[in-house]
Amino acid sequence: MARKEYAFYPGCSSQKGASASNYLVSVESMCKTLDIKMTEIPDWNCCGASVSYAESGELPRHVMNARNFALSEQNLPGQTIVATCAACWLGARESKERLEHSSGLMADTQAALKEAGLNIKVIPEIKHMVEVLIEDLGYDELKKPVKKPLDGMKFAGYVGCQTNRPFGIANESFENPMYLDRLIETVGGEAVPYDQKVTCCGGALAFSEPEKAQAQIKDIIESAYDSGAEMLVTPCPLCQANTEVYQGQINKKYGTKFNMPVLYYSQLMTLAYGGSAKEAGLKGNVIRATKLEQFAG
Amino acid sequence: MSNLNEQMADRYKNNFLKEIEEQAEMGEWVKMCMQCGLCSGSCPTHFHSGWDHPPQEIFMLIRAGKREEVLNSQGMYMCTSCYNCYVRCPRKVPVTHVMHGIAEYAYRIGRAPKAQPTLHLSKTFWTNATKYGRVNEVQLTQSLYFKDGIGSGIKKAMEMQKEALGLVMAGRLNPMEALGMGHKCKDVSGIHKMLAKAEELEAKNKAAKADTAGKE
Repeated sequence: MARKEYAFYPGCSSQKGASASNYLVSVESMCKTLDIKMTEIPDWNCCGASVSYAESGELPRHVMNARNFALSEQNLPGQTIVATCAACWLGARESKERLEHSSGLMADTQAALKEAGLNIKVIPEIKHMVEVLIEDLGYDELKKPVKKPLDGMKFAGYVGCQTNRPFGIANESFENPMYLDRLIETVGGEAVPYDQKVTCCGGALAFSEPEKAQAQIKDIIESAYDSGAEMLVTPCPLCQANTEVYQGQINKKYGTKFNMPVLYYSQLMTLAYGGSAKEAGLKGNVIRATKLEQFAG
Repeated sequence: MSNLNEQMADRYKNNFLKEIEEQAEMGEWVKMCMQCGLCSGSCPTHFHSGWDHPPQEIFMLIRAGKREEVLNSQGMYMCTSCYNCYVRCPRKVPVTHVMHGIAEYAYRIGRAPKAQPTLHLSKTFWTNATKYGRVNEVQLTQSLYFKDGIGSGIKKAMEMQKEALGLVMAGRLNPMEALGMGHKCKDVSGIHKMLAKAEELEAKNKAAKADTAGKE
């Protein structure tokens, strides 16, 4: 039996061929080393993300998350739901909070779930993968399997928004959370201090109003360079995609020469645990992390 | 003016604060605002153009009964859902959700600004996500690029060609999804029935509140 078992909610972007598929690859490798068993919630659905607010309304949005709760509890009773995506985690946590605080909303949700042959008895606990790492295991346990510390490499831990606000990670501040820096240090890297750690990447506005989002992304990357960072590290699929994919567009618009790889914490951990470039999903980085590819050998 | 818009204005007898409190998600928080402006100062998009009314102005306009000005505002759609305002508000107003709630209400009664790009994204995203239960990223991108017609769509797609190719090469964009080969839930029909029920109940609850207000 594995050391820890969870109901896994990977989310749309982590699926095969989707924008964060390399996140999933590295999470699977990392969990294997840490002896964490993740069982996918059967037939899970989209959380609705934040940006659907105008079309979804209130109840339909919560009902989408409630369906995942019901499926999780029915198929994986008693297990905590773990999301790797910031938006999935936020959406699910928000729905859990609202449903548990409003009997009217819960009654309507049950009536809607009935149409799909489902119902809720208990809403499972919901955690982000990062919470599993630092709360359920702890930094000491995460350090034990380190075979190849990332010595001499400088990373800017980019926490962003939705893993940080409104729920955040327990005992961390909203303005200067330290957990990502500590994760980087746990695997032997250097976490550089820089002033755009929790600046928003623009989120969904990267699609609808790209010039606004790209202005914010520019500030983030520039600040990381100014602090001597070689790479950015993030816990969120949308932060990762936005800060990586648009660097070329920003270079064209602002005349900058950005070419900074953007990694997931799980990729660093996989490599430090002795994993290969393939196991860390390095091929999935559009801006290649050459230094890490060489490091992985 | 659309019918629903006229009905609502009539039922609430131009008591716009009450209308928002009852009809917009989290609208009951509006009166808690003390006009400190921390929400506006914390917003990452407030440095950009197009921001006619930041949150604390929206709150005051609601209390002043400026119905048209609020419903027509671009302000709510500047939200990136970063939750800076939410965690910093000294009165614990869930500003992010109030902005989303007002935006949803303006859209529901047909008074939202026309051709608002983030409102368009909101509609497109939800439609895409609920069609098969999971997001089809390629079709989502296509419908966003081509929202202003074929010509402008091709131009936008060409501008992003290098980025798209990079993602394909990295295994993070599957062109086959364009043909509907993306990921899907098994029980799509159950999801659709469930959502239809949820929409029906939500409409019923909101209508009941407006009816009560109309009789007062």
